[in-house]
Amino acid sequence: MSHQLSPRQYFVLGLVALCAPLGDTCLSRGMTQLPAISLAHPLTLVAAVFTPWIGAGIALLIGFFASYLTALSWADLTFVLPATALGNVIVAFLARFWLQEPISVARWMGIVLITLGVSFVAQGPSLTVQPAATADAAETAGVVSEDSEAERVSVQ
Amino acid sequence: MMAPQTGLWPAVAMIAAIVLSSTTGEVLTAAAMKSIGDLDAVRAQSGMKGAILAVVTCPLFFIGVGFLALSFFSLLFALNHLSLSLVAPASASLTLVTNAVAGKIFLKENVDRRRWAAAVLVCVGVYLLAH
Repeated sequence: MSHQLSPRQYFVLGLVALCAPLGDTCLSRGMTQLPAISLAHPLTLVAAVFTPWIGAGIALLIGFFASYLTALSWADLTFVLPATALGNVIVAFLARFWLQEPISVARWMGIVLITLGVSFVAQGPSLTVQPAATADAAETAGVVSEDSEAERVSVQ
Repeated sequence: MMAPQTGLWPAVAMIAAIVLSSTTGEVLTAAAMKSIGDLDAVRAQSGMKGAILAVVTCPLFFIGVGFLALSFFSLLFALNHLSLSLVAPASASLTLVTNAVAGKIFLKENVDRRRWAAAVLVCVGVYLLAH
């Protein structure tokens, strides 16, 4: 496994970062548009799933979970979680420049710290190579080289 | 701020329940995905159906998802007693640090100084952004 991420893997990390906050935002927007739902009428909650904002939110959260699982299959948990926190920053910028919401000084500081944290983790390797895995890889490489040796002999 | 009827220790216990169940869920899910291997490679070999089958036939994955569900319900319970402006940033930021500790201990990940610094910076950043 290479430590350098491919463009496709960066794309998956981008999906993880963006889908979760955008999905939450869609759910929040959809739920606040609905009248108050009480436990006495639970079916109204089922009906809520079919409204556009909540439907979009659920689709985005499914996309988040699928891309999150994919990312965890080739990168460390301690790499994926900080790296994808950049999504919070992107959503804060969308809120500022698209929805014209004001951002307080404390939030600007939060944005700077997350960006710094992401840049720290992004400079390092994405996956820890376990000693057992290294031994396996060496063994596999050994087998491969023996095979190619045998193949070379048979060709001769 | 916490609701007046909720004391300090119950509030700490509720946030700790969210953080612990979430960390357990994340670590188990990560371990499940590592045991399956690179999903992109699995999909290239056996198609999308094969990749989905590899995930849904892994028992560790379901135990992890069970803990993530528990964390979600702990969050709902806490929101019933405490304000969102306390619960959301506290649980989101603390989870980053507990995951770094759990990743090092249980997943044997190489959490070097760079990753510790990233976890702490993002933890404080998320708290400031969400508060």
